[in-house]
Amino acid sequence: MAEAAATGASAAGGRSHILNLSGVKMAYNIGTPIEAEILHGIDLVLAAGEFAALVGPSGSGKSTLLHILGLLERPTAGRLEVAGLDIASLDDAGITELRGRTIGFIFQFHHLLPGFSALENVMMPALIDRGSYDREMRERALWLLDQVGLKDAAAKRPSALSGGMQQRVAIARSLALNPPLVLADEPTGNLDSHTAEEVLALMRTFNREHGIAFLIVTHDPHIAASCDRRIEMLDGRLRG
Amino acid sequence: MRFELVMALRYLREGHAQTALILAGTTVGVAVIIFITAIVNGLQASLATRTLSTQAHISVKNPDDAPNLVLDRNRQSIAATVEPRVQRLKSIDQWESVLRGLPAEPHVIAVSPMVSGAGFASRGEASRSIAIIGIDPERYRRIVDLPAKMVTGAFRVAPGEAVIGTELARDLGAAVGDRIQVTSTENRSDVFRVNGTFDLGVRDLNKRWVIVPLRSGQTLMDLPGGVNNIDLKVDDIFLAEEVAQRVAARTGLLAESWMAVNSQLLTAFKNQTMVTRTIRVFLTLIVALGIASVLVVMVVQKQREIGILRAMGASARRIMWVFLIQGGIVGGVGAVFGSTVAAGMVYIASKALRQEDGSPLLETELSIWIYLGTGLIALLVGILAAAMPARRAARMDPVEAIRYG
Repeated sequence: MAEAAATGASAAGGRSHILNLSGVKMAYNIGTPIEAEILHGIDLVLAAGEFAALVGPSGSGKSTLLHILGLLERPTAGRLEVAGLDIASLDDAGITELRGRTIGFIFQFHHLLPGFSALENVMMPALIDRGSYDREMRERALWLLDQVGLKDAAAKRPSALSGGMQQRVAIARSLALNPPLVLADEPTGNLDSHTAEEVLALMRTFNREHGIAFLIVTHDPHIAASCDRRIEMLDGRLRG
Repeated sequence: MRFELVMALRYLREGHAQTALILAGTTVGVAVIIFITAIVNGLQASLATRTLSTQAHISVKNPDDAPNLVLDRNRQSIAATVEPRVQRLKSIDQWESVLRGLPAEPHVIAVSPMVSGAGFASRGEASRSIAIIGIDPERYRRIVDLPAKMVTGAFRVAPGEAVIGTELARDLGAAVGDRIQVTSTENRSDVFRVNGTFDLGVRDLNKRWVIVPLRSGQTLMDLPGGVNNIDLKVDDIFLAEEVAQRVAARTGLLAESWMAVNSQLLTAFKNQTMVTRTIRVFLTLIVALGIASVLVVMVVQKQREIGILRAMGASARRIMWVFLIQGGIVGGVGAVFGSTVAAGMVYIASKALRQEDGSPLLETELSIWIYLGTGLIALLVGILAAAMPARRAARMDPVEAIRYG
């Protein structure tokens, strides 16, 4: 707790919290002989508009923590607040809605839907949120594609785009609903260093110009060094 | 367009080969079900029409005379053997009032009094055993369409005139305009001018029937002013037994429906219907399994995408709908295609292809309800078949789907 408070206060600088974790634990196969605790009480605060890196060796629990922060899994113990809401008070439908509106995802392997064009992929979170297509979501998606330099590729399927372009579409998609937080899981892990720089710069731009908080899981020390804050994990605990 | 529909259509379009195959399967299933139903309905309707074109739907007559039993205190017969009583030809009591009351019965659309009995017809040296049928021609033609069955002459039965079966005419060497002598088993005799010959499609009837005016029949059978039979026609042939039972209960007379008289035909109908139903059930099952198996494969293929959609805020329920809608689309579109193919097959079998005598290759009968019913079943089967894969998709853990998908 003390560590989290210190980390949160110094980085947040008085801003409101987008993420607030205290004593978060995650265990699998509970009550069986193969029970394994992956996270051993995580305390963490991420302020709105922060640009932070989550680093640590493989198996340290980064992905598990990311899934919990992304509301894809519920912690087995501890308290998690996202955008001021305690997720323990929400049912599955409430969690799904909160996730859709508050958190954007960027995955290592872009995970674009292959059957849809770049534009349709970017509109997808808004389509899920609003139920059907409308002009506003189309305009925002086109604007986002323009921001990532891919307006001309709007009609192209992901298979017709390079790895870097695909990841830029994925960034645009993560911002479709203008979420206050984007979680990125190794967003540059599959890209060459030049393209990785471009993708990082793009995320930085959205962070600075639109105040969107980014939490980037990465193995790349260069990317971690480019972030405002570095959160280090080891053996299911936060270090530092 | 709704998110669920957008996804369902796109997934079906993406898996075009699978979609085409399962649509083809559903189309064939629906087409065969409709076609078989059309053929069996046609066959049954044609058989029923042929059978009923020569007989009344319900025949009302006096019950058989039962022997008067001598009973002991326990109401048991004291006789060791009881011989059946001789059945005398007798008129239905108060038949005119019975006749007036019958049209009020539900489903009854025509009634006709008749006097019938056995006799002989002779012309010159030739003599044949016959059935004397005394009728009121105007009423009787509404029961059996005799004018349509005339081969020679016309259906005209005025006093002193008769129409006879084609086989009987040949046996007696009688043609239109000839006279024949008719003698009843009551030993009464009359001479009739043959006005025409008819073919009822049943050899025995063509060989034996002599149709005379009601009054002549009454005289011949020694039943002055009486009739021993009232024929009824109903609007739905398969309600005949129900109507017969009601008439019997109300009049106290014996009412026999065509269904009771032709029980073997009815059994054949029931067996055909059962076979058709069995085929329908198995075809439906095959279509359902086909749809389910394709969608199960699709759920596995789309595992990662489902995980991404879930991560982007799509609820488990909405993911389930994506697959239920796919099942519904396959069922619905298959129903439309299948109905079109079936309509083509029915047209070819009943209109385009003809037998040597010009009659249709197959008798078919189809109503819009068969199309609508089969279509609705196909739609429901599509949705139900998709239920299992849809639940599987909805239960998919987004983390697992993203990590391993």
